[in-house]
Amino acid sequence: MKNILGRKVGMTSVFTDDGRFVPVTVIEAGPCTVVERRTKEKHGYESVALGFGAIKKRRVTRALAGHFKKQGVEPSRFVREFRDDIDDVEVGQTVTVGSFVAGDRVDVIGISKGHGFAGGIKRHKFSGGGASHGSMIHRQPASNGDTNAGRTVRGSRRPGHYGTDRTTHQNLEIVRADVERNLLLVRGPVPGAKNALVVVRRSRKSANLPAAVEAS
Amino acid sequence: MNVIDILNREQRKEQLPGFRSGDTVKVYSKIVEGGKERVQMFEGVVTVHKGGGTSESITVRRVAHGVGVEKTFLVHSPRVEKIDVGKRGRVRRSRLYYLSDRIGKAARIKEKKTVRPTER
Repeated sequence: MKNILGRKVGMTSVFTDDGRFVPVTVIEAGPCTVVERRTKEKHGYESVALGFGAIKKRRVTRALAGHFKKQGVEPSRFVREFRDDIDDVEVGQTVTVGSFVAGDRVDVIGISKGHGFAGGIKRHKFSGGGASHGSMIHRQPASNGDTNAGRTVRGSRRPGHYGTDRTTHQNLEIVRADVERNLLLVRGPVPGAKNALVVVRRSRKSANLPAAVEAS
Repeated sequence: MNVIDILNREQRKEQLPGFRSGDTVKVYSKIVEGGKERVQMFEGVVTVHKGGGTSESITVRRVAHGVGVEKTFLVHSPRVEKIDVGKRGRVRRSRLYYLSDRIGKAARIKEKKTVRPTER
């Protein structure tokens, strides 16, 4: 099962065996326990819930404590469900980075960094106005559309709160999986701040490519 | 020490000669040619030595068949097998971009008579 939960450690660059020097995000992932198995018959859909991270007993809410007790597993701090690549997974089983190998493709989901109330340039990549030559429009959103409409068009891009959104980066390459230290090295950036929870799941896009389907 | 520092330290080579801009070096790097791997030597003057840690790199310049060739090597790359330092050059700046504008005798670099050990 190529799904796991982890903590974003930060970024660096590493040399690969074929001599490339690639930027990577280091994720401290697992070991995770399978805390629940949901089935089509009982819950209406198939999924596996993974638990990650230690938590003090007294910090577990009663509701969650009940869930953990029912399944007979130790409580964990984070619990997330997965619906991909979950065949032959049973409750109580441990998932480590050992199920990943270099070259695997994954999607990484995190909560993006908060930017507060951001303007159009940062939030929507507006190009902004001229800096000088008497230009009086610098970082303003400028025109907001038709004045005759008498209303604001829905969904128009404006300044506002930016960040802290659930963000998925798809089809990222696993550069290395370090079983001893529970580390996953994923090529390129990953959403979220350092120390934040990240969800690593088998890539949905590349798993559906003809070559990948044939191999499985 | 955090995980990233440890990872970076593992990438780095411990044994590297001290060199700086102006020095003449021989860089032995592995290249793949026709499906086979062999070691190629590139000799020239270090014109740029930049970066620290894992991403430390040098740019080596030589004139081959009348054409100036510059090659950049990541010093800590496993592809770079060995670096030998030859002549130490006396130069007054850290990045010798001016060398590319000069040809022949003008592009020479004076040799250092007394060499202080370069720290690593």
